[in-house]
Amino acid sequence: MEAPQRRDRLVGQSLTSRYSEWVVEALDELTDNFLISDPCISGHPIVFASPGFLKMSGYSREDVLGRNGRIFQGPGTDRRSVIEIREAIREERTMQISLLNYRKDGRPMWILFHLFPVFSRDDGQVIHFVAVQVPISGRSAVGRRQGQRCLGGTGSVVGSCRREVCGEMELLCNLTVDSFVDSDNRGLEAKESCEVGDLEKQKAADAANNVFSTLTHYSELTGRIVCRTRCSSAGAAPLPSSLNISLGRIKQSFVLTDPHFPGMPIVYASDAFLSLTGYSRQEVLGRNCRFLSGPETDDEALQQLRASIEASNPCTVRILNYRKDRSTFWNILHVSPVRNATGKIAFFVGVQIDEAAKADGQGLSPGMRQLGAVGAVKVAVRSLSAGPGPSRST
Amino acid sequence: MLTIKRVPTVVSNFQETAESLGCGRNCLGKCCLPVSKLPLYSFKNEAKDEDPKGKNPLSVPDEDPTIDFLNTLVLGQWEDRLSRGLFRYDVTACESKVIEGEHGFIAQLNEGRHLKKRPTEFRVDQVLQPFDPRKFNFTKVGQEEVLFRFEESADEKAHYFDKAPVGTTSPPNVVAINVSPIEYGHVLLIPRVLECLPQKIDSESFFLAVKMAAEAGSPYFRLGYNSLGAFATINHLHFQAYYLSVPFPVEKAPTKKIARTKGGPTKGGVQVSSLMSYPVRGLVFEGGSDLQALSDLVSNVCVFLQENNTPFNVLISDSGKRIFVFPQCYAEKQALGEVSQELLETQVNPAAWEISGHMVLKRRKDYDDASEDYAWRLLAEVSLSEERFKEVQEYIFEATGLVEESDEEDELTQAETPFLPATVPPAAPHFPEGCLVSQ
Repeated sequence: MEAPQRRDRLVGQSLTSRYSEWVVEALDELTDNFLISDPCISGHPIVFASPGFLKMSGYSREDVLGRNGRIFQGPGTDRRSVIEIREAIREERTMQISLLNYRKDGRPMWILFHLFPVFSRDDGQVIHFVAVQVPISGRSAVGRRQGQRCLGGTGSVVGSCRREVCGEMELLCNLTVDSFVDSDNRGLEAKESCEVGDLEKQKAADAANNVFSTLTHYSELTGRIVCRTRCSSAGAAPLPSSLNISLGRIKQSFVLTDPHFPGMPIVYASDAFLSLTGYSRQEVLGRNCRFLSGPETDDEALQQLRASIEASNPCTVRILNYRKDRSTFWNILHVSPVRNATGKIAFFVGVQIDEAAKADGQGLSPGMRQLGAVGAVKVAVRSLSAGPGPSRST
Repeated sequence: MLTIKRVPTVVSNFQETAESLGCGRNCLGKCCLPVSKLPLYSFKNEAKDEDPKGKNPLSVPDEDPTIDFLNTLVLGQWEDRLSRGLFRYDVTACESKVIEGEHGFIAQLNEGRHLKKRPTEFRVDQVLQPFDPRKFNFTKVGQEEVLFRFEESADEKAHYFDKAPVGTTSPPNVVAINVSPIEYGHVLLIPRVLECLPQKIDSESFFLAVKMAAEAGSPYFRLGYNSLGAFATINHLHFQAYYLSVPFPVEKAPTKKIARTKGGPTKGGVQVSSLMSYPVRGLVFEGGSDLQALSDLVSNVCVFLQENNTPFNVLISDSGKRIFVFPQCYAEKQALGEVSQELLETQVNPAAWEISGHMVLKRRKDYDDASEDYAWRLLAEVSLSEERFKEVQEYIFEATGLVEESDEEDELTQAETPFLPATVPPAAPHFPEGCLVSQ
């Protein structure tokens, strides 16, 4: 199967496989504005957009499904806020921030962005991220000139627009909004300084609860229960979603295996690997790579591989491998140890090249793309167990 | 004349043997480079791009295949040099950690980086010094250390050629490895290597660096620049870059908006801010509809600083969308004997990476004991005093035509950092009077 089709199918099944067929209907009935994304699929795509969100943003469902949430950012989006969101995803935690996003027609909108992870109860892996987006009221900001204070909002106070704020988190924001009144829709700047009100914060919290209880309820139907905080688990810890996201960007066929468990099980398999071999992810995770070998596979090549892994050295071998349908291909396999932040070997990466496949590297040789994948994996793993925040213990 | 003694970093395997100029070994000099073939990556020429979609700042590339390309090229070539044994050590075997605390300073223990080198004397009171062909420079580097050429394409498309003749028509920009990497993918971008430019920012070269950050398309691939007097060791124009998949503390530091160029965020207006609750005072430039506007403003600032003999460091972050500029005075303080022995003994040279919060430590003891307080104290020594920074900022604004936003505005913009706890480490210790850079 072609990789893009496989990805579309993964996006389509991301919710239903975990929460049953009926979950989409139930989520559709919620009036809140929110997106659900799946960090385990390459590109960390959006897998659900609520009707409220679509109405607010002007996008159709087809526009956003399968895309990454950054499509809503624009030139006025504060870069540091983007870094904070990226950090929260990396650390798999809840966060709230006011953010300038853009509608499909290019008009900006201020929203209170509330992100939370949804964990699998069984292994503690992050299954989805939910991003609730509450429009910040009084921000329609038509024709306000720079320097003028915001007058909007309920019970506004002329001059400072400070509404009473209680609650644990004070969300202060200083906002620069384009007001879009001139002909090309890129207009005067309006400067506002507002606090996110209780109303919005309450709305975000309520929406988060609504979405989460729907997800929990439907996860019970499949028995694949989700929870809002990470539950500790026995056995191999799942890969952090930040690593999943980084690895998902690498287009080549590769697997990561964990040498700290007996049999060096596969802990990550790329979409291209699944396309190449014909297996599904569930069929390969946790298994040793030897299922790729068959009667005609050369023992010498296997021994060479084993010796290099034993010595923690990189190596390249040409080896006959078998797909799920038992058809064979010559695999130019490169295997290399990969170290984490502490300098210790965390995984071995194996990058496959199907010798018969046409080169489509836009001029880059297959060998160079293979090494590029090794480098990208090393960079991604290098930040693991770098310190505070969830990390994989090996 | 003010000088400091420090151990120079070995960036090339040809640094030690630079005396022998006789060639025939595929160097980057005029003898070899023009008749050589190197991989060539040419990025698309925006000026030639007639497609309005490409110019629309609102269109965020979702799955742009070319973006993945440069990353793959840099990483693949780097891994190839690693397998050929060109580096002095495997940097991924170096221990690294995020120091506990609210800023998340990153410490690395790198015991191999400065071995076996004797300290050399560096002049630190002249930001601009003429190119000296007798000293080590990148024309002496062997071509095996070069990963590829990085040029602007003649048309609106990006191109790649595995073996492109260098020729003599356009001056080649090269990307080479740093054989003493401080993280995976550590490379040097050397604009127009054959022209033997001294370490001095010009708008064209600076844009090349910004463009490289943008083309790589990874927020974790950042470029840095150190001026002379701010811990550059080689007086031959170069930028550095490497991958580190965690945010730098400076990228997370709160900022205060202080000025914006005309046009607003959608019309090329660049937002200028200053760093708040960060040990080193610095300016942050971001936004604008195109990279050129941002790049031009920052390079003007750098040109102003170097012409006024103020040493500085630059960090190009967030794929070229955010640029930090730090005027600094550590080397001068060091030369004047005003840096504490305790800090000097760690041999940390506070250049762009260190200032951004990634500290490379040479001694196990320093690594084990590294605390946020220590990192803060070290970096605070680098910063200009508040008074001096204000002065430099005013000069910069005057020279670049920026207008400071009114105080009234300030009051509210200060409240811009809702997610950081109110407590910050103790303010930088007050500065001795001596931190004045000669004008």
